[in-house]
Amino acid sequence: MKGVSRWAGLGALAVFLAVLPQALPNNYYVDIAVLAGFNAIICVGLNLLIGYAGQISLGHAGFFGLGAYCSAVLVTHHGWPPVLALLAGAILVGLIAFAIARPILKLKGHYLAMATLGIGIIISIVINTEAGITGGPDGIAAGPFTLGGFTLQGERDWYWVVAGLLLLTIWLATNLVDSPVGRALRALHGSEVGAEVVGVDTTRYKVMVFVVSAVIASVAGSLFAHYVPQLTPTKADFFKSIELVTMVVFGGMASTFGALVGAAFLTTLPQFLTVFEDYEPIILGGIMMGTMIFMPRGLVPTIAAFIQRRRS
Amino acid sequence: MSMKSWKNLASAAAVALTASFGAAQAAEPIKIGAFLSATGPASFLGDPEKKVLEKYVAEYNKAGGIMGRKIDLILYDDAGAADKASSFVKRLIENDKVDVIVGGSTTGTTMAAVPLVEAAGMPFISLAGAVVIIEPVKKWVFKTPHTDRMAAEKIFSDMKKKGITKYAMISENAGFGKSGHDETLKVQGNYGMTLVADETYAPKDPDVTAQLTKIKNTPGVQAVINWGFGQSPAVVTKNYKQLGISAPLYQSHGVASKDYIKLAGDAAEGVRLPAAGLVVASQLPDSDMQKAVVVKFQKEYQADFKAEASTFAGHAFDGLQMALAAMQRAGGTDKAKVRDEIEKTSGYIGTGGTVHMSATDHMGLNLSAFHMVEIKKGDFALSN
Amino acid sequence: MLSAFLQFLISGVTVGAIYALCGLGFSIIYNASHVINFAQGEFIMIGAMSAVSLVDAGVPMPLAIVLAILITMAVGVLLEKLAVEPAKRASVTTLIIITIGASIFLRGLAQEVWDKNFHKLEPFTGEVPINLLGAVLMPQTLWVLGVAVIVILLLAWFFNRTLEGKAMLATSFNPLAAQLMGINTKRVLMISFALSAALGAIGGIVITPITFTAYDNGIMLGLKGFSAAVLGGLGNGMGAVVGGLVVGIAESMAAGYLSSAYKDAVAFVIILAVLIFLPNGLFGRKGTERV
Repeated sequence: MKGVSRWAGLGALAVFLAVLPQALPNNYYVDIAVLAGFNAIICVGLNLLIGYAGQISLGHAGFFGLGAYCSAVLVTHHGWPPVLALLAGAILVGLIAFAIARPILKLKGHYLAMATLGIGIIISIVINTEAGITGGPDGIAAGPFTLGGFTLQGERDWYWVVAGLLLLTIWLATNLVDSPVGRALRALHGSEVGAEVVGVDTTRYKVMVFVVSAVIASVAGSLFAHYVPQLTPTKADFFKSIELVTMVVFGGMASTFGALVGAAFLTTLPQFLTVFEDYEPIILGGIMMGTMIFMPRGLVPTIAAFIQRRRS
Repeated sequence: MSMKSWKNLASAAAVALTASFGAAQAAEPIKIGAFLSATGPASFLGDPEKKVLEKYVAEYNKAGGIMGRKIDLILYDDAGAADKASSFVKRLIENDKVDVIVGGSTTGTTMAAVPLVEAAGMPFISLAGAVVIIEPVKKWVFKTPHTDRMAAEKIFSDMKKKGITKYAMISENAGFGKSGHDETLKVQGNYGMTLVADETYAPKDPDVTAQLTKIKNTPGVQAVINWGFGQSPAVVTKNYKQLGISAPLYQSHGVASKDYIKLAGDAAEGVRLPAAGLVVASQLPDSDMQKAVVVKFQKEYQADFKAEASTFAGHAFDGLQMALAAMQRAGGTDKAKVRDEIEKTSGYIGTGGTVHMSATDHMGLNLSAFHMVEIKKGDFALSN
Repeated sequence: MLSAFLQFLISGVTVGAIYALCGLGFSIIYNASHVINFAQGEFIMIGAMSAVSLVDAGVPMPLAIVLAILITMAVGVLLEKLAVEPAKRASVTTLIIITIGASIFLRGLAQEVWDKNFHKLEPFTGEVPINLLGAVLMPQTLWVLGVAVIVILLLAWFFNRTLEGKAMLATSFNPLAAQLMGINTKRVLMISFALSAALGAIGGIVITPITFTAYDNGIMLGLKGFSAAVLGGLGNGMGAVVGGLVVGIAESMAAGYLSSAYKDAVAFVIILAVLIFLPNGLFGRKGTERV
């Protein structure tokens, strides 16, 4: 039953993503959809960590930024093909995440938050400071994404790539969640001690999820570097990390579609709020507070529960 | 030509043009797009820029617009983030279909817009400082502020007059400070200057005495240059005074605003900086062609916002004026024609200086646009 | 060379005392609710901006300070009543997101109520530097340190000697048991927000003569304060102060002897290193955390 609904959900999303561009009047709207897609990919990965493994990360933008800058630097300074640069970034980020995962994931709660925050900030300081390599605060232009003789051009091309990658990421995430590993993960969130008693190697799973979510962020970052005209260190900083966590919690922790909805909602919302000009932060903050107060479990789980109650 | 007669000429041209253009076109407003860092770390730049654009567009409209057409200002706040800026520029181009873009408070946000306006063929006047914006020349991209390289050159020529050859630098580890730092290093050789100590600090650092102590203890430092804007140059200035460093302190044009003097207080006495005529408007000699323009702008800004206009406010004013003038000369909003006319801007006397653009120079200002200013008795004093 | 070292140390202590004062507020709310209040930095900013605007309006400084603290406390209580209490049954992560929303909201509000400019407050006792073996110390630094010490002593007295304080401590150890013992945990939560808002305001006011203030100054101060509180061990007032001083001194020593560009990174590396060996910070309580 669960498996069927998963495929149905993925199929419905695929259909939605396929028809969405028809409804978008011009490339500006497509651009917002692409940006929402990038955020959604990272958030689906981050949700594995926050929602299922119960481990907070306030430094995920660091991994996103590291992937992005790996691509930008290798392609512009060393002439690497973008695909190779993307893979190199993913491997580097994977190795870094693996190396720091064990000592860091021993930490609990806010101490883990602090540690991941620190790592994210250190990465962003390095990117900001090593201007000879990274272009410093004014950023770097990674150029277009090319593969063989083919060049990704324009928002609509990018839309299909990001939509495809998003579906792939969600498929991967839902598989992980429903696998034995995933069940172990959910056990972790409930009770770590309990999980260990029944023989689940909690540390190994936590490390694995940490690495997977970091690599997803890195791959998204690599592509993002080619999508934006100018990549700046703000994409790797503390605010971006906070924004990502907010998207996950807003949409609904431990819900893959929640992460997706949270990312899409909070990426598009500020575009609508521009009409309020100076009052924008007041309204954005108000909406965030209001939603979390009245839907403490996040948008998707709350609405899902509401629909279920109406049915029965 | 004074601002007034310049404006008269412009409106005369406008009348003539509307007459020949007919009623159908007259009804459609001119759309000016803007993306500014009105909030966030660069709000020091973007906030006054926003105020100025809104104020003067409203005034033009009150006077019936230009060429008989009203002006629509479509303005977005990018909060200093390059990716937000690029989304907003797409929005201005694709969705709002603006006729010209004036904006880009920082170099980062401007550079995010450059490939987009180039691809779309959209005339774009940037309000940011760095040289990379106009070097190499980009067909559709112009800018109003002086470059940080010019500021460095102005400081060095002042140092040279004083017989200084060895200097130290302390710069903010963010866009403006970093770019100023790099440009300073590039031109130091032309003036025979040697950098002997090089320190940085993070934006919003509450104290920089550690860095300044290192500079103080470096032998041979004859002068110190600080690159930064916002509150940090005031922190540097106060700490500088507290440590009793005797070498002269040079600030950049980034502090050319009364706020800086207010924050730093007595510690700012004797600080020297390159600045546009705007901050010393009333002190300019009457023979200075710029005087009438900057005095008038300063008066109008103060009347509306109860604060002295910073040079950043002036950049936005100049950008708007040049864009509108180019449209009037082009006789409409045809983008290619407007671009050509912006490039032909010559002899426009703005708050930043007299602008002579050309196919190879999309800024059109030279070092004469800068004045050396010293802070005396809590005010900027001309000290050329 | 000694004078240079001493100057780095003084600079570090100045900055560290600022972080310490900012960190204390985090500890109080954490004690009562295990929530990290991301709007703590905004309390610091509101205290400072209120004091500045009152002084500018001609209110004498001491009165302006008291009023600014009261205004900030009112904001703290409102935040607790309107946003945190209605969501009391939400998870701690959700509560954190609520406080992030609150920080955006309060920043936006400050930008409308006041402006986006930087403001200053005159030093309490002049600006004549004090000479110490060739290094200089500003009188305002002594104010920051002195206020931090007084605040610690007052907090110790409050938690150990008053009924309110004891109730708060009991709630932090075991909220359910505290409730069963007849402690009004809602009231405890409200007092904790009022108290940490007051602490934030006091900190903001004392440091403004050194740091200046603006509507968005709370972000950096909140971040550094949070780091100080975690490094010292959450929920431990003394820990927040030591944590703040360690971060401040690490930054200024790094700027002095290593590289000023990497001074913040050095501070975070030290925090990471400490957490790896002392997973509950320098003075933190052992035990399980809820997240």
